Amino acid sequence: MFIVIACMLAGMVTGYMLRRRKLGHVHRTILTLIWMLLFLLGLEVGANKTVVNQFAKLGFEAFLLAFGGTLGSVLLAWMLWLVVRKKSLSR
Amino acid sequence: MKGSLIILSFFATGLLLGAFRWLPPSLLDYNVSFYVLCALMFMVGISIGCDPDSFRQFRSLDNRLILLPVMTIAGTWLGVIAVSVFIKNRSLADCLAVGSGFGYYSLSSILITQCKGAELGTIALLSNIMREVITLLFAPWMVRYFGNLAPISAGGAATMDTTFPIIIKYSGKDYAIVSIYQGFIVDFSVPFLVTFFCSL
Repeated sequence: MFIVIACMLAGMVTGYMLRRRKLGHVHRTILTLIWMLLFLLGLEVGANKTVVNQFAKLGFEAFLLAFGGTLGSVLLAWMLWLVVRKKSLSR
Repeated sequence: MKGSLIILSFFATGLLLGAFRWLPPSLLDYNVSFYVLCALMFMVGISIGCDPDSFRQFRSLDNRLILLPVMTIAGTWLGVIAVSVFIKNRSLADCLAVGSGFGYYSLSSILITQCKGAELGTIALLSNIMREVITLLFAPWMVRYFGNLAPISAGGAATMDTTFPIIIKYSGKDYAIVSIYQGFIVDFSVPFLVTFFCSL
């Protein structure tokens, strides 16, 4: 976890030093790496025998809990967003 | 929408290749995804560092954003309580234990397997993977309808690593610090909250 954050901090320092140059390909690289990461996440989940074998039996229950939890947190985050945004707009 | 579809197709391709063993799963033993994640974080760092505006935007963030992890945790619980009505064969505490993984599937499924058995542990594994996937796929949509904080909250405990790049892409670079902060707090709360709900 901390290695990951350290990578980002190293990137920030590098980026700061390179700030006078045009870095157009950075965003394309980020997008490609995101795709790679998702492909690998899919591979990891797909290769997990427990996940694949139990999916039919427990998948729906798991989905309900994931959906409820995600939606609930999105709605509360939205409320906080509305409060915070109002202040920044009135300034 | 196009972005989500591309993301979904990469995820689905990986899923199929993994499930049907078309790619040797031993590929995963080398921890490739960790190195990709490190490279990704390095590139995200560069894009933040080379933008002169990002440091100014950090300072203009509202102090009340400190409450975001509380919103994530409370919102998850409320949502889980709402859907637990439809899950008849599990207790509310079991449902809340699964929900309190906040997308941290490895840890929450291990903890729940230990105190509640393999079946609930598997539900925790599936459910928390799904939460991560939902966040990755629907982040652009969440930003559009529920504001820039929505994907950060949806990402739960993973917002300082796996879901971080997506959040930065759709919520904006000025939310990088919010995402890391909320990931750190929620991540830290998982072992405590999961064991608490398991002990009820």
